[in-house]
Amino acid sequence: MLKIENLQARIEEKQILKGINLEIKPGEIHAIMGPNGSGKSTLASVLAGRADYEVTGGTVDFLGKDLLDMSPEDRAKEGLFLAFQYPVEIPGVSTTNFIKTAVNEKRKYQGLEPLDAAQFLKSMKEKMKLVQIDQSLLSRSLNEGFSGGEKKRNEIFQMAMLSPKLAILDETDSGLDIDALRIVANGVNQLHTKENAFLVVTHYQRLLEYIVPDFVHVLYNGRIVKSGTKELALELEEKGYDFIKPDFVEATA
Amino acid sequence: MPEENDDILEQITTSEYKYGFVTAIEADEAPRGLSEDTVRFISAKKNEPEWMLEYRLKAYKHWLTMEEPKWPNLQYPAINYQNIIYYSAPKQKVTANSLDEIDPELRKTFEKLGISLTEQKRLTGVAVDAVMDSISVATTFKEELSKVGVIFCSMSEAVQEHPELIKKYLGSVVPATDNFFSALNAAVFSDGSFCYIPKGVRCPMELSTYFRINAANTGQFERTLIVAEEGSYVSYLEGCTAPQRDENQLHAAVVEIVAMERAEVKYSTVQNWYPGDKEGKGGIYNFVTKRGICAGNHSKISWTQVETGSSITWKYPSVILKGDYSIGEFYSVAVTNNYQQADTGTKMIHLGKNTRSRIVSKGISAGKSNNSYRGLVNIAKNASNSRNFSQCDSLLLGDKCGAHTFPYIEVKNNTAVVEHEATTSKIGEDQIFYCNQRGIDTETAVALIINGFAKEVMNQLPMEFAVEAQKLLAISLEGSVG
Repeated sequence: MLKIENLQARIEEKQILKGINLEIKPGEIHAIMGPNGSGKSTLASVLAGRADYEVTGGTVDFLGKDLLDMSPEDRAKEGLFLAFQYPVEIPGVSTTNFIKTAVNEKRKYQGLEPLDAAQFLKSMKEKMKLVQIDQSLLSRSLNEGFSGGEKKRNEIFQMAMLSPKLAILDETDSGLDIDALRIVANGVNQLHTKENAFLVVTHYQRLLEYIVPDFVHVLYNGRIVKSGTKELALELEEKGYDFIKPDFVEATA
Repeated sequence: MPEENDDILEQITTSEYKYGFVTAIEADEAPRGLSEDTVRFISAKKNEPEWMLEYRLKAYKHWLTMEEPKWPNLQYPAINYQNIIYYSAPKQKVTANSLDEIDPELRKTFEKLGISLTEQKRLTGVAVDAVMDSISVATTFKEELSKVGVIFCSMSEAVQEHPELIKKYLGSVVPATDNFFSALNAAVFSDGSFCYIPKGVRCPMELSTYFRINAANTGQFERTLIVAEEGSYVSYLEGCTAPQRDENQLHAAVVEIVAMERAEVKYSTVQNWYPGDKEGKGGIYNFVTKRGICAGNHSKISWTQVETGSSITWKYPSVILKGDYSIGEFYSVAVTNNYQQADTGTKMIHLGKNTRSRIVSKGISAGKSNNSYRGLVNIAKNASNSRNFSQCDSLLLGDKCGAHTFPYIEVKNNTAVVEHEATTSKIGEDQIFYCNQRGIDTETAVALIINGFAKEVMNQLPMEFAVEAQKLLAISLEGSVG
C-alpha cells in the first residue's frame, strides 16, 4: 500500500529525514517511535504533503501512485488521512459542515453524488458512537474551545467519516488522559480492517497497549535504526531511548 | 510555503467580475456637467412640482459652499464634477404602465442579473423596484402591496402621487446640508424607491430595489425613503451592479429610514458595484449616506451590509436612537481585494433612554487593498441606561493589504455601558493545510473560512439573499490566500 524508499526531507536548511525506508501492507498497523526531534512528526507531515518541508530525495509509492507528486488534497482524496497532533481551530465553521464538505469533496473525486442531508446525518450518527462524541460538539465551530481530548476524538471521528485507506496518527495520545486514550484507541481498533492500514506515531509505549502494532520502528536522527514487533516497544519503555544509541553508532560506523 | 502561497494569492486576486456587461439601449441624457441648469433640467424631465425644484436648488447652492470630506482613509484622484453626466434614462418605447410593456432589452438586462421583472416568480416573495441609471424602470407587486396599504413605488412617482409624505419626510433624516455628497444627491437625485408601511401593517413580502448603472460617464444619484408607521414591519433589500469600464463612475446615494413607535425596519444591502480591475483601473466610487431614525419608543432599525464591490466605498449606515427603548443594529461584512479601498462603519447616536445598539463589523482584506472600519458611538446626556456593544474583526489574506479600525466613543451619561472588542487575524497556513489534508482544496477552504468568519453577519440576511451573498464572498476573493 505504502512504500517509502530513501526518503529525505528538510525544513529551511535543516535536514530532518535522512533516508527513511518503510513498507506498509493492507491490514497492518505500524508504530513509529523515537525520542523528541528524531523526525517522527516530520515524516507524518511530509507524507501528508505539508509545504513547509522540502523533499530532497527518495520516493513514496501510495497504491501505485507517486505520492510526492500529488497535492495534499489529492493525497487525502486518494485515501491518506493524518490525525493531527495539534488540530487547528476554524471559527464560525461548524464541525458538521466541515466534515460534510470534506466527505463530499472526496465523493466528487470518486465520481459519486454528494450525500444529501439525511444520508450524511445517518452516517454521522453511526460514527459518533465509535468515538463517543456528542452531537452538541459537532454543531460547534471546528475545534474552537474544544478540550485536548475532544480535539483528538474529533480527529478520529473525521477519520471514521472519511474511511481512509491509510491513516497516520501523529502523537494522538499526547495530552490524553487514560479514559480518552481508551476511547480513541477503541475507535481505531473498530475501524481497522484487512483492507486499511495505520501508521501510529508516538513517543510513549502507552498507546500501543491499546492499539497493538504488527511492527514497531524506532526513528532516531532521521533514520529508522531498529525495527521489530510489539516487544520492541516494551523494551524501549523499559530501557529508555538511550539503549538504541549504541546500535545506531554501530549501524553508521 | 511562501512560493506556493504567492501562487494561490495570484489565483485568488484574479477573479472576474461577472456583471460587467453593457446593455445597448438608447438613452436620454443631460448635458455633461453640473450647474443650476442641470438641476432645472432634471426637475423638468421629471415634471416636478415647484417645491421639489426649490428643494433641489437650495441643496445645489449649499453644495457649492462645501468641500469634499478629506478625513477618510482613502486615496483617489480628484473627482471632476463637471465631467459627469447627471441624468441618463433608458428611452422606453412606451411609458410602462404595466410590466408587460417594459422594453425587452431592459427586461433582458435584469434577467441576466437574476432579477425577474415579471410577477410569475411568486415563490420568491420579493417585490422589486428596478432602477437603471437615473430612473426606475419597473416596480413589481404594486397592486398586491397596495391591498394592505403599503406604498412601494419609484421616488419620481412618489413626488407626484404622495407629495404630502415626501414633503414631510424627504431630508428629515439626512438633511441636504448634512454633508458634501448628501447635498449633491439632494440637488441631482433622479430616482430611487419610496416605501411607506402604514400603522400596524407587517409588510407581506420583502421589498427590494435593484440598482444598475449602465450608461458611461454617468453618475448615479438615487434616493431611497422608507417610512414605517407605528407598529409596522418591513424587510428591505438592496442590490447593485455596474458594467466593467476603465473610468471611474460616481455613485452618491442617500437612504433615509423613519421608524415610528414599535416599528421595525430591516435594511439589507449586497453591494457589488464594479470594483475595478486587477491593476485598480476603473470601478465605482461609492459615496453613500444612509441613516435611520428610531423616532418612536421601542422602535428598531437594523442595517446589514455585504460590501464586495466598488473601487472606493465611503459609507456609514447610522441610527439615531431618539425613542426610548429603541434599538439600532449594524452588521457588516466588507471585502476588499486588489486595489479596492473601503472606509465604512456606522454611527449610533443614543438620544433616548434605555436605548441599545449593536455593531458587528467584519472586514476582509486581500490583494493590495485597504479596509477601514470607522464608527461612532455617541451617548447623549439624557440617554440614561443606554448600552452599546461593538465588535470589529479583521481578517487579512496575504501581507500586502491593510486593515484599520477607527472607533470613536463619546459618552455624556455615566449610566451608559459601552463595550468594544476588536480582533485582527490572518488565514493561517495551518488552517489551509488542515482543510487540504481533509481533501478540501485551497479555494474551497478559503471560502469556508471566510464564510465562517462572516457568519454572524450573514445570518442576519434574509434567506434568499444569504446564499447569493455567500457565493459573492467566495467569488470576490477567488484566488486570494496567504
